[in-house]
Amino acid sequence: MSETAKSVDNGVKVDALVSAREALTNAPAAAQFKWRAACEWKNGTHSHSTVESFYGLGEEQRRKKTFAFDADHPEVFASEDLGATPVEYVLVGLASCLTAGIAAIAQYRKIQLKSVTATIEGDMDLQGILGIDDEVRNGFKGIKVTYNIDADASREDIEALVAQSQKRSAVYDIVTNPTNVTVAVK
Amino acid sequence: MSRCLAERGVDHVALERGLVANSWRTERWNSLRLLTPNWQSRLPGYGYEGDDPDGYRTMPQVIAFLDRYAKVISAPIEVDTTVTSVRRIDDNYLIATNRGEWLCRTVVLASGACNVVRIPEAAKEVTPAMTMVTSMTYRHPDQLPPGGVLVVGASATGTQLAAEIHRSGRPVTIAVGEHIRAPRVYRSRDIQWWMDAAGVLDERYDKVDDINRARGVPSLQLTGSTDRATLDLNALTAMGVRMVGRFVGMRNGQAQFSGSLRNQCMLSDLKMNRLLNAIDEWATANGLNDEVEPRSRLPPTRVPESPPLTLNLAGAGIRSIVWATGYSPDLSWLHVPVLDRKDRTRHDGGVVEAPGMYLLGMQFLRRRKSALIDGAGDDARDLSDHLVRYLDHVAKPG
Repeated sequence: MSETAKSVDNGVKVDALVSAREALTNAPAAAQFKWRAACEWKNGTHSHSTVESFYGLGEEQRRKKTFAFDADHPEVFASEDLGATPVEYVLVGLASCLTAGIAAIAQYRKIQLKSVTATIEGDMDLQGILGIDDEVRNGFKGIKVTYNIDADASREDIEALVAQSQKRSAVYDIVTNPTNVTVAVK
Repeated sequence: MSRCLAERGVDHVALERGLVANSWRTERWNSLRLLTPNWQSRLPGYGYEGDDPDGYRTMPQVIAFLDRYAKVISAPIEVDTTVTSVRRIDDNYLIATNRGEWLCRTVVLASGACNVVRIPEAAKEVTPAMTMVTSMTYRHPDQLPPGGVLVVGASATGTQLAAEIHRSGRPVTIAVGEHIRAPRVYRSRDIQWWMDAAGVLDERYDKVDDINRARGVPSLQLTGSTDRATLDLNALTAMGVRMVGRFVGMRNGQAQFSGSLRNQCMLSDLKMNRLLNAIDEWATANGLNDEVEPRSRLPPTRVPESPPLTLNLAGAGIRSIVWATGYSPDLSWLHVPVLDRKDRTRHDGGVVEAPGMYLLGMQFLRRRKSALIDGAGDDARDLSDHLVRYLDHVAKPG
C-alpha cells in the first residue's frame, strides 16, 4: 500500500467497492436488487415499520438484525408524536445517502474527512395534503441540504465531492426524478 | 486511414454510401460551423492554408476541405456504395454492398459515432400534434411552427439550436442534463488551442482512470461563430431562454423534468474550472503568463430558484420539440460478434476483437481528440501500423 493510500481512512472499504463494481459490470444480473420494508399500523397515525431482508447478488439476503422505525405525526396535528413523520424519513434517507456517498467518493479520491455534518430542510405547503388548494402539491416544494465539511482538501475539491455524491445517489435520484408507483390491495 | 494505408503500400478501397463528407452534406443544420478552429483540422500531409486560422468552417467549407483532401491523396473511394453486410468468411471479410461484394483481409469501421439520433423513450408519448425534429433533421428555425419550442439537451447542439431558434422569435425552453461548459476563448487563445498545446487532447485511452466513463462524457458546450463568443447557459438565460432540468418523461400530456438542474450546472462549472486550472498550471510552467491575458473565471451558472418540474406543453404554448439528445453509431450491418450488451464495439484502442478489424472516429478511441477531425491522423497512423503487422503475420504465420 502506498503512503497516500495508508494515510487516508474514512472507514470505507473502497477496494471492495471497486471490485464489486467490476464484478457487477461482468454480471449485470447480480446487480438487480430489491429493497424492502414492512409496515404495520398501530393506532391513529402511528405505524411501526421494519427492515430485514433484501434481494441482491442473485439471492435472498438477511441483515444481522431487524431495524425498526416508528412513524407518527407531531402533537400539532393532534397526534401522539411517537416517531418521526414519514416526510422526515425521506429527509433522513436523502441526507444519509448523500453523506455515505461523500465518504465513499472521498476515500476513492484520497481525501481524508475530519468531520461531515449536514442539515436538511424540506419546504411544504400543507394546503396540498389537506386538500385546501388543488394547485399545491402534497410533497415538498423544495429541499435544501447544507453541508459543513472539514477535510484535507480545497474548497473546490469538497464542492466536487458533494456534487459527485448527488450524481451517484439513489435517494437523490428518487426524489428528483419520477418513479412509477403501484399500490395494490390483496 | 486511406492516406496512411497508401503510404504503407496497402491495397485498399474506401466505401462511401453517398458522396465524400456525406454526413456533413446531408445530416447537419444550415448554420452549423465546426467546433474546432480552422488551423486544428490537420490531416496526414494536409492542413489549413487560408488566412483565417482562428475561424470556424461552415458546412460548405468542411465539405470542400474533405473533398479536396480526398482528391489530393487520390483516395480510392467508391461513392454511392452502401454497405449492407459485413461477415467473416474463413480468414476474410465479405462486404456486401448495393453495388456488389468485396472480399478483404482487413476491415476498418469508419462509419462514425453519430449515425442515428438517440431520443428518450417518452418521446413516443408526445401528442402527434406536436412538431418534433431532431438534431439530424433540423435545418433552420422556419421548419418549426410559430410559438414556443422545447429544446431537449444542452450540449453544443442543444445550446446552439436554442439560441438560433429563440432569436427567430420562438420562445425557447431548454431541458438541461449532463453537459460540459467551456469558454470559447480563454486567456487570449481558443480553448482548443490550450487543450492541444497542454497535451489534454493527446491524453491516451490507456492512461485514463475509467475509459468507459471518459468515452461517455459529453463533448464540450462550444460553438463556432465569427465573434468567437461563449455560448453557455448564462448566455442563453441573458437572451431570455428558460432553463428546466433534464427531460425525464411525459405524464398526462405534461413533460416532466428532473429536479437535478442545480447539481448538473454545479458539476459542469466544477469540470470547466478543473480544466482551466490545468491550463493555468501549464501556462505558468511554460512561461506563457506574460503573453496572454491573466487567469479569470466565468461567473457560476445562474440557476433559477425553482425551475418548473412539469410543463403542460400545450398550455405553455409549446408547439414543437427539438431533440438534441445525442447520437449512436449504426452497425446493424455488421454481422461479426464484436458488440457488447450495450451495442458498443469491443476494441482496444481501435483494434477490434476480431482478427484484422479496426475502428476509427469514435469518442476517445485512442486519444481524447479521437472524435475530432484533428484526431483522425494519429489514430490512423497507429492503426494502419497495426494493420500492416497483422497482414504480415497472416502472410507468414508463426
